[in-house]
Amino acid sequence: MTETGQYNFAYLDEKTKRMIRRALLKGLAIPGYQVPFASREMPMPYGWGTGGVQVSAACLTPDDSFKVIDQGADDTTNAVSIRKFFQRTAGVDVTEHTGEATVIQTRHRIPEEPLREDQILVYQVPIPEPLRFLEPRETETRKMHSLEEYGLMHVKLYEDIARHGSIATSYAYPVKVEGRYVMDPSPIPKFDNPKLEMAAIQLFGAGREQRIYAVPPYTKVVSLDFDDYPFEASKADHPCALCAATHTYLDEVIIDDAGGRMFVCSDTDYCAKRRAEGHTGTMGTPMNEDAA
Amino acid sequence: MTTEASLTGGFENTPVDAAHAFRVALNTMARPGHIETVTGAKPPAPLSVAAGALLLTLADDETPVYLAPSHDLPEVRDWITFHTGAPLSDPAEAVFAVGGWSALRPLDHFRIGVPEYPDRSATLIVEMVGLENHGAILTGPGIQHSARLSLPAVEAFRANSALFPLGLDFYLTAGNNLAALPRTTKIERA
Repeated sequence: MTETGQYNFAYLDEKTKRMIRRALLKGLAIPGYQVPFASREMPMPYGWGTGGVQVSAACLTPDDSFKVIDQGADDTTNAVSIRKFFQRTAGVDVTEHTGEATVIQTRHRIPEEPLREDQILVYQVPIPEPLRFLEPRETETRKMHSLEEYGLMHVKLYEDIARHGSIATSYAYPVKVEGRYVMDPSPIPKFDNPKLEMAAIQLFGAGREQRIYAVPPYTKVVSLDFDDYPFEASKADHPCALCAATHTYLDEVIIDDAGGRMFVCSDTDYCAKRRAEGHTGTMGTPMNEDAA
Repeated sequence: MTTEASLTGGFENTPVDAAHAFRVALNTMARPGHIETVTGAKPPAPLSVAAGALLLTLADDETPVYLAPSHDLPEVRDWITFHTGAPLSDPAEAVFAVGGWSALRPLDHFRIGVPEYPDRSATLIVEMVGLENHGAILTGPGIQHSARLSLPAVEAFRANSALFPLGLDFYLTAGNNLAALPRTTKIERA
């Protein structure tokens, strides 16, 4: 049974969507600045992507093709349930293929395949404030952003170097957007940071923290670093065990209780596409139509 | 008195029409200078289809709307009031403002936000005779190399950009054509 007739299109009521839409437009006009919005209760717990879901609900049209990834994978509980949610409440087409999607909601990854101008990437954000762990008071962090006072963030990165010999921050690596606002790119691995300068529109939604922010296409996004310790987009130094890719972000998977492990692409769609093209890693089998 | 014309001309299927109109508003704001078409609204003259669709999509009882003298007519007031419920206000309180370029001036009456909350600024909907991709040269976020747009002025928009991160954001409308000019865009005379 379709549930599109029982809920308003894309679940949220029109007044809520208007409020979110106004916040999204101001977010695009002030790249990297966190716009407060009146986040609603969603039929899922905080931390499961309530911010991303509200942004997607405000952006989707019935003509869209929607993809959801959770750390690169299309088939995790979170990704499957959000995909189903919009299938049922907005009647949109869904896809697992990055190239076919017009709106992609993501938790903690940017797809490996470069995105196009006609695509929108919606991030689920847990803590939108990059300065929050350095300064717990919202009144203070707001003042710091308004005064462009980001010295504390550099001190944090410096302390990393003093303690570990290099910048140990490996995810949610802070960036400066268009030379003005320091922004948390959500907990994507720093491997993905260079991809933040892309052709698609990037929208960020933090439901519990009630913030929306955005990065327009081709906006300058610079990862913070030092002249003598430049930013490095790091990844596990292995090829993918299934598709042999050496240029993708890898997940480490423990496969037995004797220290055995494998490294596989975190982007499941990209990995499957490479295997279908005939790339086979050390633990992979050639893709064939009959195999599930 | 409410005229009959003001009761018609809204979206026929509000959630879907508004979703399509918003996508155009989002795309144009993300790509300054890019012109797209928007449909679904049939507002009374002189309000353009694009300006009408923007108001139906974004305005409600929480967003005071200022009508510049060029658009401050009973039909337009009634239409906006009936379809959006937005209170009509003076420039200082307005979240949205609609009018011809000369009717909207001077721009310093509108809210440009405060340093802690630069988003608390007005969005101006500038009604134009035509919109074309020639004229002033635009660069900045959302533009790969450069874009061109037939702006009604240059200096006023440059002065607005200089206020960044504060400032006004603009939609330019002509018939059902829509383009945007956020405060981040840098403008050079052609």
